[in-house]
Amino acid sequence: MILDSKAPTGPIEKSWDDHRFNLKLVNPANKRKYSIIVVGTGLAGASAAATLAELGYHVKSFCIQDSPRRAHSIAAQGGVNAAKNYPNDGDSVYRLFYDTVKGGDYRAREANVYRLAQVSNNIIDQCVAQGVPFAREYSGMLANRSFGGAQVSRTFYAKGQTGQQLLLGAYSALMRQVHEGRVDLYPRTEMLDVVVEDGKARGIITRDVVTGKVESHAGHAVCLATGGYSNAFFLSTNAMACNVTAAYRAYKRGAFFANPCFTQIHPTCIPVAGEHQSKLTLMSESLRNDGRVWVPKERGDKRRPTSIPEGERDYYLERRYPSFGNLVPRDVASRAAKAVCDEGRGVGHSGLAVYLDFADAIKRDGRAAIEARYGNLFHMYAKITGEDPYSTPMRIFPAPHYTMGGLWVDYNLMSTIPGLFVLGEANFSDHGANRLGASALMQGLADGYFVIPYTIGPYLDSLARDNDMGLNPDAAAFKTTQKEATDRITKMMNINGKQTVDDFHKKLGRIMWDNCGMSREAEGLKGAIEQIPKLREEFWNDVSVTGTPGEFNQVLEKAGRVADFLEFGELMCRDALTREESCGGHFREEHQTEENEARRDDENFTHVAAWEHKGDDQEPTRHQEALEFEYVKLTQRSYK
Amino acid sequence: MSSLNLTLRVWRQKGANGEGKFVDYRLNDVSTDSSFLEMIDLLNNDLESKGEEPIAFDHDCREGICGACSMFINGQPHGPERGTTACQLHMRSFEDGATIVIEPWRARPFPVIKDLVVDRSAFDRIIAAGGYISAKTGSAPDANAIPIAKQDADLAMDAATCIGCGACVAACKNASAMLFVSAKVSQFALLPQGRVERATRVRNMIDQMDTEGFGNCTNTGACEAECPKEISLANIARLNREWIRSNFVLG
Ligand SMILES: Cc1cc2nc3c(=O)[nH]c(=O)nc-3n(C[C@H](O)[C@H](O)[C@H](O)COP(=O)(O)OP(=O)(O)OC[C@H]3O[C@@H](n4cnc5c(N)ncnc54)[C@H](O)[C@@H]3O)c2cc1C
Ligand code: SF4
Ligand code: FES
Repeated sequence: MILDSKAPTGPIEKSWDDHRFNLKLVNPANKRKYSIIVVGTGLAGASAAATLAELGYHVKSFCIQDSPRRAHSIAAQGGVNAAKNYPNDGDSVYRLFYDTVKGGDYRAREANVYRLAQVSNNIIDQCVAQGVPFAREYSGMLANRSFGGAQVSRTFYAKGQTGQQLLLGAYSALMRQVHEGRVDLYPRTEMLDVVVEDGKARGIITRDVVTGKVESHAGHAVCLATGGYSNAFFLSTNAMACNVTAAYRAYKRGAFFANPCFTQIHPTCIPVAGEHQSKLTLMSESLRNDGRVWVPKERGDKRRPTSIPEGERDYYLERRYPSFGNLVPRDVASRAAKAVCDEGRGVGHSGLAVYLDFADAIKRDGRAAIEARYGNLFHMYAKITGEDPYSTPMRIFPAPHYTMGGLWVDYNLMSTIPGLFVLGEANFSDHGANRLGASALMQGLADGYFVIPYTIGPYLDSLARDNDMGLNPDAAAFKTTQKEATDRITKMMNINGKQTVDDFHKKLGRIMWDNCGMSREAEGLKGAIEQIPKLREEFWNDVSVTGTPGEFNQVLEKAGRVADFLEFGELMCRDALTREESCGGHFREEHQTEENEARRDDENFTHVAAWEHKGDDQEPTRHQEALEFEYVKLTQRSYK
Repeated sequence: MSSLNLTLRVWRQKGANGEGKFVDYRLNDVSTDSSFLEMIDLLNNDLESKGEEPIAFDHDCREGICGACSMFINGQPHGPERGTTACQLHMRSFEDGATIVIEPWRARPFPVIKDLVVDRSAFDRIIAAGGYISAKTGSAPDANAIPIAKQDADLAMDAATCIGCGACVAACKNASAMLFVSAKVSQFALLPQGRVERATRVRNMIDQMDTEGFGNCTNTGACEAECPKEISLANIARLNREWIRSNFVLG
């Protein structure tokens, strides 16, 4: 099968405009005849649902949480990028495009990234108009800060709560449409499957998590904005409900899954404290604007950080990467932290941590300035660790954080199932093998506010032209898919085993972290591909799912998600095994330079790997979408 | 790191219509480094491995930002620490051998769904009634076209940090939602973009708040004291001014 990206050709500066001009429009009076299902109310889902409804479409919006405002996007901290160039420091759409392609280690589609950079500026305008209280200068103008992988200040922020403020903006736009009657809201509702008939996405199967009722919903198109899958590792910075279910179910129904092994391990998270740990907490990358990363020069130096003299500290990022220093991209920073810990120079009781030190910044700018910039993060750190980061350096360590991989989509954000669109972190499109900081919020809002409202048009229009406008939730495909979903629940409830769902999730997490985490090698990956099916079998024989299906049952919810991770983890490992190169967040021990930097293999791997499900007992097929770089020259990434 | 042995007295309620009751559990070896919710995880894992139903509670981000977690801990919403959500509370705040009482929000507009889980959709309906600026996608001018005094932007940000958890309602003897509503009204009243719709916004949000059955504000200040985001009572004063103003504008 040839994967047609539908990416426009011709001069890249004009490609999005030209593409939009050539897209079929849906007549305003006809829009109301279409019903669109949007799953997810994070930045991508809420902005899409609100905008599609504003345009006149009828929208059904679903989320797991009790309110759309609580989607995982709420937790994003540091900021959102845009090419406004307000600081006049040389930024431009082209530079944001360039940085993102390079930051992604040349594994993203140029046309998509260019579009993202172009619409970034509209996002900031839109958010300000909605009342998002971004940080400002005394002049009353918007303030900016820097993030990793960039040498300009292009990140807009609202304290350390940027995701919260952007999401509340999108949520308020969504609620306005709910009030207008254009959006039907289904909170506390989990999508269990997508319904495909005659090769097109026709709707979804859901479970009301309060009553346990399993239902069918039909729509003319289905948009998945269901977020990323970092929780495959059990411990990650993601919220507890983040899952792969929606994307994975779509994969099993025919949507290709692209680059599942491209996961981002974030360098600055609070280290694991013990067995009780249920999740990890991010300390925003923005802290690297003012914090300096170091470890002792000597191995096993157990002195308190404040008693280690300057000359006996190794500011290893500044040493290894003098031009980007503490602001190297995430993949580089994470690997460097792992390297010093592997050498035995890690700090804290586990030896799996490095220092992020604000002493110099506090001396330079004063405590009040640092508090104004990062107060809520310092507060969070103090709560969790019981230590005061104003007087002693933070201890940080890398943790799973974001997934660049996701369902394959074309330039119109449509998956390989016609009528199934994928937005935000759930798709694979814009970040290649590594995402730069503050670019996920940008991409989620770009997809929802400024891309899908146009690119969904041609598909909807084709339905009308093919006389395929009927919505039939009683059709056979709905009946069988719904029955499969209910049968799965019944099966799970009847196991009555001894081990808890979390026990399984932790075991899977361990396998994934050890073999498909910050560094990977063939032997480990092969081992994982053998272990995971065994663990899966154990799960289906020995898991304990308490309660009943027809009620509020959080164990059952979790069990369904973990069951999908237990299948999906294998796909991640398979993808990691077949990608015989190192690029971005994907680091293969076998492929590194003498200086331990990632070594790409452009000749053989300048492509997207898109996996096709072939049935439960068969190996999936790996397809390729070749990537062409006309504008950004492929070079070995250097931040030195 | 040290550990605690605890007695937990937890409200168990099958469903919305079921009778609830307190049930006592013994829990040993709780790490003082674990969070309050991780402590409940530990108990739940025990219960599940014995085939018993775990305690249902809302939670998601576990970073104090999503507003999902919601429980009375020893008679206080989100527990004893100021400016701290239940998920950010850590067990080092408790003594070995302590008995900890855990209950759901108790307020008429927030009916219990199960155990510690309540229905807070009334808050969403209040926002739907007017908690927004009607800026259609694509219609916005350049973001720097209207300068906003830093002081106003900062005050708007302080109000906007409300996480919609409902502790203010749970803390109030009248189950008033004034602090929550005032935070949203203030955020927009402080920004030039929000001023166009200010009169109808405050009117519609207050009307919806009354429809939902939230009580009146009698200025006891319990909401501010218990709010995990330390939303200030000054916002309620601002809401009152907005309300009076709306009466002149709308009649
Ligand atoms: C701690 C943290 C900090 C971050 N900080 C930044 C930052 O500063 N800048 C930046 O750019 N990025 C940041 N990121 C990344 C960014 O927050 C996410 O990538 C982004 O918010 C994802 O948005 P989304 O809309 O795609 O999905 P999400 O916000 O994850 O939303 C997913 C939605 O889908 C729903 N859903 C999922 N599965 C189902 C299902 N089966 N049925 C029904 N509904 C379902 C959920 O309920 C939710 O509403 C951060 C991430 C983390 C974890
Ligand atoms: S005002 Fe405070 S207590 Fe009330 S909902 Fe907002 S954050 Fe929670
Ligand atoms: S779980 Fe999100 S605020 Fe507590």
